Amino acid sequence: MAERIAIIGIGFSPLEPATPACSFKELVFETAQKAYADASVRFDEIDSFVTCAEDFNEGISIFDEYTPDQLGAVQKPMHTLTQDGLHGIADALMQIRSGIAEIVAVEAHSKASNVQTPDWILDYALDPVYNRPLGFTPHAIAGLEMNRFLSRSGITGSQCAQVVVKNQRNARCNPLSAYPLDTDLAQVESSPYLAYPLREAELAKSADGCVVVVVANEAKARKAPSQPLWILGSGFATDSPTLESRDWSNAEYARLSARAAYRQAGIKSPHEVDFFEVDDTYAYKELQHLIALGLYDKPAKAGRAIEAGETRQDGKMPANVSGGALGMGLALEASGLYRVVELVLQLRGKAGERQLSRAKIGLAQSWRGVPTTSGAVVILGVEPPRG
Amino acid sequence: MAKRKVAVIGAGMTKFMHRALETPKELAWLAARSALAASELKLKQIDCVVLGSAPDAFDGVHMKSEYLADGCGAWRKPFLRCYVGGGTGVYAVAQAWFQVASGMFDTALVVCEEKMSTCQPHPQAAFLTIFDPITEQPLKPNLLWIFALEQTRYMETYGITVEQIARVSVKNKRNALNHPAAQLGAKLTVKEVLASEIMAWPVHRLMVSPTSDGAAAIVIAAEEVARRVTDKPIWIQGVGWCLDSAYWTNRDLAYPEYVEKAAWMAYRMAGVKEPRKEINIAEPYDPFAYKELHHLEGLQLAPKGQAPKLLADGVFERNGDLPVTPSGGLLGVGNPIAAAGMMKICELYWQLRGEAAKRQVPGKPERGVAQAWGDLMQVGTVVVMGTKKPE
Amino acid sequence: MIQKFAGTPLDKQKSRGKIFTISYEPKLSYRWDSGEAIGRYLEELKQGRLIARRCDGCQRVMIPPRMFCERCFRPTDDWVYVNDTGRILTFSLCYVSWDVRRLKQPEIPAVIAIDGASPGMGILHLIKKVRPKQVRVGMAVRAVWRAPSKRRGSVTDIAYWEPVKQTEEPR
Repeated sequence: MAERIAIIGIGFSPLEPATPACSFKELVFETAQKAYADASVRFDEIDSFVTCAEDFNEGISIFDEYTPDQLGAVQKPMHTLTQDGLHGIADALMQIRSGIAEIVAVEAHSKASNVQTPDWILDYALDPVYNRPLGFTPHAIAGLEMNRFLSRSGITGSQCAQVVVKNQRNARCNPLSAYPLDTDLAQVESSPYLAYPLREAELAKSADGCVVVVVANEAKARKAPSQPLWILGSGFATDSPTLESRDWSNAEYARLSARAAYRQAGIKSPHEVDFFEVDDTYAYKELQHLIALGLYDKPAKAGRAIEAGETRQDGKMPANVSGGALGMGLALEASGLYRVVELVLQLRGKAGERQLSRAKIGLAQSWRGVPTTSGAVVILGVEPPRG
Repeated sequence: MAKRKVAVIGAGMTKFMHRALETPKELAWLAARSALAASELKLKQIDCVVLGSAPDAFDGVHMKSEYLADGCGAWRKPFLRCYVGGGTGVYAVAQAWFQVASGMFDTALVVCEEKMSTCQPHPQAAFLTIFDPITEQPLKPNLLWIFALEQTRYMETYGITVEQIARVSVKNKRNALNHPAAQLGAKLTVKEVLASEIMAWPVHRLMVSPTSDGAAAIVIAAEEVARRVTDKPIWIQGVGWCLDSAYWTNRDLAYPEYVEKAAWMAYRMAGVKEPRKEINIAEPYDPFAYKELHHLEGLQLAPKGQAPKLLADGVFERNGDLPVTPSGGLLGVGNPIAAAGMMKICELYWQLRGEAAKRQVPGKPERGVAQAWGDLMQVGTVVVMGTKKPE
Repeated sequence: MIQKFAGTPLDKQKSRGKIFTISYEPKLSYRWDSGEAIGRYLEELKQGRLIARRCDGCQRVMIPPRMFCERCFRPTDDWVYVNDTGRILTFSLCYVSWDVRRLKQPEIPAVIAIDGASPGMGILHLIKKVRPKQVRVGMAVRAVWRAPSKRRGSVTDIAYWEPVKQTEEPR
């Protein structure tokens, strides 16, 4: 049986529209201190460090230069992944299982407020020969996918709009949320189209924040004072990057990531998971991701489920109780780690007004945003893996 | 210490070129395909793909890992890109190693790619953006500065001359004449190197590696798979990596402590106690001529300040006591950043299997070390490879 | 064993006009929050002063200042003014600009250890008003400030550093 690995500490800042008082280094330092205190580890007990960041989101090339100081990682093994924070957790888990480290810290942050031309940066991610010259907004890729997804699944635009309402309502109970709004369905459905059939109100807004997670092997986890949260499964996958040859309706990267994670966790049915925190950068993505995670045998049921309130906090399969990105704010490469923050709070019984009565196993899923088809899944539980 | 044994079972690379016709995606594909063919595995037998590529600014694509994914064979596979500046090409092997050693995957395809020529009017200009935007960029610094500043410090501290340093260019460019993929193989004398124009004193043009386009890749596999596929697996005996503080102006640049720490991490894992005796071939990172010497000292293969003398004594020639950069290195083969580090890994693979043709070092080498470096004089990444399976 | 290496090198002269290229000028614009430490550093530069931070853990006086000590991994403790003089730790004479133009007169970048900060605490800046061949490691230098009205709260509020003349007392 594979060695058991747990999250033994987490630090996080509230998401905010802007954080002018601190530099990214100062923000990460504060958050790392919180994480190490939560894990009861000294910085010099940590064997290896991982940052999840993209140069063009930071505005600095070779951004990994500026990562070790604020994590206490000077002259230690440290590397950057240009991926979401959940990939970082997979990385930490693999390092520990290889025997090269016992404790690994994973960090991701967002200073989205410092990025003046975000849509142009997304444009810079498009294929330079085949796509960029067409000059469309990158969000149109989401519009294209949403259109195909609705047409193939039978889900309606209105059902997608309800994701916005649900998640924003959830976020009002989340002190970490950057945007405590309360949009009603009529407002969402009358918001102008950003890229038909995607409406402006269905796009999550960016926010600043930071999360640091401390991952450790079983021996260290058993010594840690606070309850370890066991990583039952971790998967990641990439589908086709080219627009011309992709499946426009299914989130295959999510299905493959989840399949790997479920298998590692010994989970036979997604209904063994108590709650889900999934990417909802665009409202329709929440439904598409829940389908890919295997919650519905027919895609159209995902639409009916949200209408019936099944994914609400008091529903039978709560999704994005935190408020997701639509409710909290989208935190660049840290988005997946904010999903993990909710998992940890719920599993520890510290989710306040949002506390679910059944919270033993949670699943976090991330997607890297347009134009990518990459994502990851992490499953956490209060009980260690069986076996 | 490590539980699962992992070996390199195939390697491949493209030519390194000043400017390639191929797109970044095509370069990645050519190298990946070549490594896969050499390993005799099919793509469907590859469990995960690791990409190493340095700043997105060169290829001119944000999130370039996503763009390169299909070129790397990562369609519908677990895929990620790791990044430690210039150290990436060797670090990617460490990343893939722990992915397989963890038991999560049995095989990995590791691809490193860089297309610097995309960046106009000159890729070097993109290096402005690696400096601190507030405390350094307003001074309009240029990449040559940090190397020249370090070389000055190194020379001053140990009394090393430019003539001694120029020998590295002579050796490596000559070695590169035997590398069919090389961009800048040449027969030069020390005098010719020093006659080349001064870029940033004390650095002369012929002491600087070029910007390049290229890709290189390897396939690695866990022991059970490796044994089925080949009778000459090259074992990854040790890996190490170390990142120093970003405050490079607060550090003494004369000696790369981070290379030493990364080296000992890899040597410890490999059971190497006396590197100078137990390493048969070294491929240290040589983006600038003096760097090879600087790094040899960090790698514990020469005492501090003594590498230049050992070079002058012929110790580091291909037929010397410790062949260094038999490939021709970045100075001779080319420097498509991440791919350059991977080229050194490929070289060790071919040398240790006796397949390096005209570059082959004599005496049946059993163990080699590859090292890359990057960031603001900051990161050391080291891999020890050998013909003997680790304990 | 590999017999051939793939890849099609392009020769600048021969390929002119024969290869299709696509040009794109990215719009990448950022405004970095300088934060507490560098924010204060820039304010002091505007006032014509250099400021550092001390960590009581390791006793280092650090410039550029930082709110946390990267070695002790704890918040730093005090602001400390340091001198606008120092010694050259290392330097170069650079004949190529950042955008690869050849320069007749070299730029002289240097790492300057600042008097009043801990040993080896250097900052990057430019040396001027000296014959390139006369610059030496260990040379004493001092900052030449822009006129107060021209300062903006930037590292370029110091226009350059020049050698302290032999006959003068260092400040």
